[in-house]
Amino acid sequence: MPYVPAVMEMENAIIRMMDDVQRALQKPPSERRWGMVIDLTKCVACDACTVSCKAEKKTPPGVNYTVVIKEEVGTYPNVRAVFLPRPCMQCENPPCVDVCPVGATWKNEEGIVVIDYDVCIGCRYCVTACPYGARNFDFGEWYTENTPMLEPYETAPTFEYGEERVRSEGVSPIGNVRKCNFCIERLREGLLPACINDCIGRARYFGDLNDPDSLVSEMLRERYSFRLKEDLGTNPKVFYLS
Amino acid sequence: MKNNKKFNVAYWLVTVVLLAVGAVGLYWRLTQGHRMANYGQLIVWGLWVALYIYFIGLSAGAFLISSLVYAFGVERFRPIARLALFTALISLLAALLNIWFDLGHMERFYEVFSRPNFLSMMAWMVWLYTAYSILLLFELWFELRTDLVRWSEKAGLSGKVCRILAFGSKDTSTKSRARDTRTVKILGSIGVPLAIMFHGGVGALFGVISARPAWHSGLFPLLFLVSALVSGGGLLLAIYAFLAPDRGSEAHTALVADLGKLVLGLTLLDVLFTFSEYSIALYGAIPGDVGPLLKTMTGPFWYVFWIGQIGLGMIVPIVLLAWKRTNRNPNWVGLAGFSIVVAFVGVRLNIVIPPLSVPELQGLVEAVPSARMSTFYVPSTMEWFLAMGIVGLALTLYALGYSLLPVKPNKETSHG
Ligand code: SF4
Ligand code: SF4
Repeated sequence: MPYVPAVMEMENAIIRMMDDVQRALQKPPSERRWGMVIDLTKCVACDACTVSCKAEKKTPPGVNYTVVIKEEVGTYPNVRAVFLPRPCMQCENPPCVDVCPVGATWKNEEGIVVIDYDVCIGCRYCVTACPYGARNFDFGEWYTENTPMLEPYETAPTFEYGEERVRSEGVSPIGNVRKCNFCIERLREGLLPACINDCIGRARYFGDLNDPDSLVSEMLRERYSFRLKEDLGTNPKVFYLS
Repeated sequence: MKNNKKFNVAYWLVTVVLLAVGAVGLYWRLTQGHRMANYGQLIVWGLWVALYIYFIGLSAGAFLISSLVYAFGVERFRPIARLALFTALISLLAALLNIWFDLGHMERFYEVFSRPNFLSMMAWMVWLYTAYSILLLFELWFELRTDLVRWSEKAGLSGKVCRILAFGSKDTSTKSRARDTRTVKILGSIGVPLAIMFHGGVGALFGVISARPAWHSGLFPLLFLVSALVSGGGLLLAIYAFLAPDRGSEAHTALVADLGKLVLGLTLLDVLFTFSEYSIALYGAIPGDVGPLLKTMTGPFWYVFWIGQIGLGMIVPIVLLAWKRTNRNPNWVGLAGFSIVVAFVGVRLNIVIPPLSVPELQGLVEAVPSARMSTFYVPSTMEWFLAMGIVGLALTLYALGYSLLPVKPNKETSHG
């Protein structure tokens, strides 16, 4: 039995995390440090996060901001499945940022790595530089192409970065590189990132790492955590509990 | 003469086919964007990026060889120096076109000038080769100027073009020529560090990417420089051996042989560098490093490495250029150069693609149910067509320049 932190007995972690977000929003942006904690012992690889992200961001085929890696370890009968949800790590030292020739992507004050779709030239250099495969190129494809009409869920506007955009031929974000932005536009409204809300196993947590009272800070204090490819010095803000 | 005619017909036939096919590719690219391309989320760079570093390598290599003459005064290669400069210019153009079509938003390329991020090797590269292209244009112009003025007198198209390109310059005195020679020497000398920086920079563009261990090597900038010299040298060798107007003369045979020696030396250096890079990585056996190399050598495209890179790029030219029975025969030596020119397309593909084909996280490919998330890549028809069109355009410009401008390798233009 994995250790269940006290907070789990609390009525609703979502409400607690939303309170954490509210508290963080009271502070100046530069004092917040958004982070995610993913409890691998609770992930059941249902891909609810993948789907909820798709629905939230209306990403086209092949563009996935968060995915769940599923692997089998060992040989039968001694096998075990391991699951690893992978959003953008929002690295403190993001290698994807330095390489951008036009400065179209940067780490904002709150520590979220953002992309300006109106500047990005689509060279895809940043895709090669991300050690986590978190960046995607928007090739301009549609789920419902070659059908009588594009379904409304593909043509409905998105509000990424708080900008209303309708995807269409030759217009950004088509031809741009895209990735998870911790749902920055939802955070501004006091909402949690979509994947946090929709995780059925309550494996994903979110909050302000600078706030010692936030749920994520508490979990990181009480449980053993690790991050991916720590040896690269990227200093990710997505932590895994195992 | 008859042979020449046949060659011309074949040349233009191929060029016209390439241009026609290219027009189709261009239409697809402009109307469909990147949808018809086969690169994906993992292998995000494909044929065009490979061809970009291929052509930019040819350009840097040809330029550095011209600098042997203009900057370092190696008079032996004077007869081909202009041709080398001109080759550098056309290759540069082909390179830039390839990379331009690769952009997701072609219309925004100017941002690299208006808002560069100098932490990015890519921004450096763009700025350096902009400087390089300007320098190249000026150097070529000063080198050709007196001949352009002289050729303005000629009847026909060549005369007209030369008159325009002379930009009103009239002076053909020895004094003005001497001044030009000095200018060319200065420009050529500035050009050497510039070419080393920008092509080393292209190597560094890959080398700095720690996320891709197979690229992340301090040897990369140097490897790029050496391979640029080999491929540029090979191209000049092939052009001069087969197309020079003084073919058959003793001077031609001797110069081809000497140029062959230079290319042989560079190829051997390339063997050393490549061996060093590969053997160290293989010994280290870090998956992200060794995986792409094993794929290169034993994967579905093993022949690009063994037949292309090793066979045509190293063994064939080394044998042809070192063996006494072939290394003084312009046809064999030219063939060695041609073999290198072909092989280096493979070398460039192997630099770009295999290192991208190993997922950053194990299981990532299986996690994304999309054809774009694949460890396998072959260029699509659209990618091939557009690339062929660019080659066609380069061939057109090359042939036009070669016949209309005073760039041909010969005695007349060989002395200042
Ligand atoms: S995970 Fe990748 S895309 Fe996200 S910040 Fe880090 S390097 Fe950049
Ligand atoms: S694809 Fe866009 S964000 Fe990425 S490096 Fe190129 S310009 Fe920058």
